[in-house]
Amino acid sequence: MSFVQPAATAVELEVDRRTMRRRPARSVDRVPWWLWVIGWIAGLYLVLPTLVVIPMSFSTSSTFAFPPVGFTWKLYKNFFTTHGWLDALGNSLLVGVLTAVVATVLGTAAAVALNSLRGRFAGLVRTLLMIPLVAPSIVIATAVYITFLTWHLTGSLQGFVLAHSAISLPFVLVSVTAALSGFDPLLLRASASLGASPGRTFLRVTAPLISRGIATGAIFAFVTSFDEVVIAVFLHSPTFQTLPVQMYNSVTSEIDPTISAASSLITVAVALVFLTPLIFRRKKKGDRAAAASTATEALALTTPA
Amino acid sequence: MMTTATATPASSAARRTRQRRALGTAGNWLLLLPALALLVIVLGIPLVQSVIRSLGSPTSFTFDYYTSIFTQPAILRIMLRTLIAALIVTAVTLVLGYPYAYLMTRVGSTGRGIMLTVVLIPFWTSALARNFAWIILLGNHAPVQQLFAFFGLKDVVLYGTASGVTLAMSQVMLPFMVLPLYASLGSIDRRLLLAARGLGSSPTRAFWKIFFPLSRTGVISGMILVFTLSLGFYVTPALVGSPQQSLIAQYLSVETTQLLDFASAGALGTFILIVTLLLVAWANRLGGSVAAIGAVANTNSNQGGR
Repeated sequence: MSFVQPAATAVELEVDRRTMRRRPARSVDRVPWWLWVIGWIAGLYLVLPTLVVIPMSFSTSSTFAFPPVGFTWKLYKNFFTTHGWLDALGNSLLVGVLTAVVATVLGTAAAVALNSLRGRFAGLVRTLLMIPLVAPSIVIATAVYITFLTWHLTGSLQGFVLAHSAISLPFVLVSVTAALSGFDPLLLRASASLGASPGRTFLRVTAPLISRGIATGAIFAFVTSFDEVVIAVFLHSPTFQTLPVQMYNSVTSEIDPTISAASSLITVAVALVFLTPLIFRRKKKGDRAAAASTATEALALTTPA
Repeated sequence: MMTTATATPASSAARRTRQRRALGTAGNWLLLLPALALLVIVLGIPLVQSVIRSLGSPTSFTFDYYTSIFTQPAILRIMLRTLIAALIVTAVTLVLGYPYAYLMTRVGSTGRGIMLTVVLIPFWTSALARNFAWIILLGNHAPVQQLFAFFGLKDVVLYGTASGVTLAMSQVMLPFMVLPLYASLGSIDRRLLLAARGLGSSPTRAFWKIFFPLSRTGVISGMILVFTLSLGFYVTPALVGSPQQSLIAQYLSVETTQLLDFASAGALGTFILIVTLLLVAWANRLGGSVAAIGAVANTNSNQGGR
């Protein structure tokens, strides 16, 4: 009985929510036209500025002056043939993948542990683990830079992975915690009663059920690291730097228009990463389990007790 | 709860359960250790060291580095500029973000998906790509200047000024306003508006009397979130701004890498961190803002649903 009930309530809630949203939305109050205008302005403001890098990436000009002049693939050729850019890209991918691995393993372990721990202290730990998300990155960067100087970790792969793992951890924690909210702890006991060790239970029962949350966390950890500028700018050395650092320097110290090509590539890649699952997911609509935890639920979950 | 309907004596079963639970709790704390260790190494030690440095040498304890933050006119000017910029960014994102989030709750599920993607794509696009775009847009004869010229404002200089930084930063911060607002507005029961209309109130009145007060926690936590993030933001001021009109984060960077004044940098960093954490704790008490950023990660993984 208790296995069936939560699912039934969830469906009822879902239905309730839907009817509630549909009907009165049309009849109570119309959306005034000026609201649409502001909405469009906000939407364009969000999207348009970023797109300006694409025409710029085909410009023959050697400065960042707008409008772009002529048409050439030179900047893309530059990006894929120059050592500085290619090495930076390789380093970014390497740091990103390693960060994703470290942050996902540690973050998942922490999320699973916190999910079954109660009390003040567990709440405190959860809050502590979320601090990298809210602390200004410049404060972290300056402090980490000085300390890592004394540990000889600046300009090293280890230094980058350590720092990026710490700031990516909250994303893994949040997405795995959200996935665990739909996880029935009775399954753990069922598995144990059938003689499975906790480790085996995790691998065979928990992990498959929360795999979506783990995967989401891993992707966010990778993107966070791949994108990270501030700490990277402080930690980099001439021999080891990531793509954002190379881009940063190409604006601040050398005027290198190759950055437009790099920016365009990243923008298009991110857009593709986002649009693909959006189109893909629309096809299998019945995936309730994945949709069960909403943003609002995540809000409630991560708020420290 | 588990019922012991087996032949095993109830007491021994209960004891075993208790033992296993105690073992499980210890195991859970053990699972937390690696994450905590990473946090201590990367954040704990550097931040504590920076606080120690800011309190003078080991032999002489002093608060001078902290008092000098508030007595040097140059730093005070930078702080005032940062404060104004953060306030403007907060206001602009609220004015644009509230209607946007509101519309998100009013359109159909396809429209909502598109609007959410529009918010999330810039959110996850490289910060550098976006700020580089603003460098292009704010330059001389660039689109933004031409837009101002179109409205009769000739020769507006935006690149390298605090106003240019504010304009660019508002765009960068807009998702941080929209997402918590969307979470808050989406959970408001719209039947209340129906009730208000039934009782004879106009749509505008119903909105201000019913809907807006209910969204107030979302508004406040969104505002605190954006304000806090803007206070300590580095990338946009560093790329679009200039040393002459620097914001506080730039100054912290200069103190660390150019002036090599680690003690003052430690004091300033600690001050910024404390202000930030206090604001976040306040927002969290009001309606969960730490979680709001976390929800960003989650909204995305679930955008197909609802």
